[in-house]
Amino acid sequence: MIKILNSLSVFILPIIITSIVTYGIIKKVPVYENFIEGAKGGFDIAIRIIPYLIAIITATSAFRASGAADTIQNLLSPIFDYLKIPVETTIIMLTRSLSGSATLGVLGDVINQTGANSYATKLAAVITGSSETTFYVAAVYFGSVGIKKFRHALMAGILADIVGLIAAIIICRIFFL
Amino acid sequence: MNYIFAFLIVISFICAIINGKMDVMTDEIFQGAKKAVEISFGLIGIMGFWLGLVKIAEKSGLMEIFAKIINKPLLLIFPDLKENKKALSNIALNISANALGLCNAATPFGIKAMENMQEENPKKDHATNSMCTFLAINTAGFQIVPATVLAILASNGMENPSQIIIPTLITTSIAFVSALFFAKILEKVRGFK
Repeated sequence: MIKILNSLSVFILPIIITSIVTYGIIKKVPVYENFIEGAKGGFDIAIRIIPYLIAIITATSAFRASGAADTIQNLLSPIFDYLKIPVETTIIMLTRSLSGSATLGVLGDVINQTGANSYATKLAAVITGSSETTFYVAAVYFGSVGIKKFRHALMAGILADIVGLIAAIIICRIFFL
Repeated sequence: MNYIFAFLIVISFICAIINGKMDVMTDEIFQGAKKAVEISFGLIGIMGFWLGLVKIAEKSGLMEIFAKIINKPLLLIFPDLKENKKALSNIALNISANALGLCNAATPFGIKAMENMQEENPKKDHATNSMCTFLAINTAGFQIVPATVLAILASNGMENPSQIIIPTLITTSIAFVSALFFAKILEKVRGFK
């Protein structure tokens, strides 16, 4: 099953790319000129999102480097023990919404500390795989069109992240404990 | 966002004092600023490539065909976009690319969708309801196979890493539905209008 999916995903992008260009030619669209015209936009977008990314990445880097996650981990550990949640997974729960690369790093830490087949690793992997970096997505998408008032978007994203975390904990218990 | 930004900075400062990590934190802040620019510049090439293809698809009418197929279910989620066919098809492409784990392709489609929605936005610095809903479901990161995580697990020697696929799929679906739910509920809250 995974093999099929993996080999499928190797083909998907080339198929999409080829069909778009082929369909354009069939419809007599000047594909090269339009490609150039569209591709120009890439630079503008990258420039536009820079200030948003600087704000969010510096703030989340500060949070990570200050050891805030460790402090919170210490505060939470009695509750986590009671709920049979491995303490090693606390940091991943906290960084998941903040930073994608940090989360992959933390997943590596959990594997190193507890072994690749531990319950903590499985829970950390499900948490990592089931969510996106909320703050990064918000910075990029809203930054690209200059939206400064996010209204309820972040709140909805964070609440969904929390529900996702609780779901991950419950589902991993059912599957792996 | 103002409060979240301030909260992160202040809490970090306090924790850095407690943990005696002030020097590390200062260093990381400036590293972070540098990284932000590197990430943006890293996006230029991929973004340009996909935006080029999207332009071809727009001109050839392929986007309209795609939008027609997927219109009905999406209009239930984004009722404001009834007249905005381009936004709908870019949203559909973004969600499908994410579901397949094609993050490189998903981001340009998502940004394009945001631009389409921004065109009809009366208040240019405020997010519309559709924008918020779209962002919320994107942060839930729905994908069918978590390829990156599987690769990390396999390279670290987990036996049968595919055992996490089904639990991950269930979890991400729950997150997706609740993101939708919260976005729809919160847009009616007066404080967010």
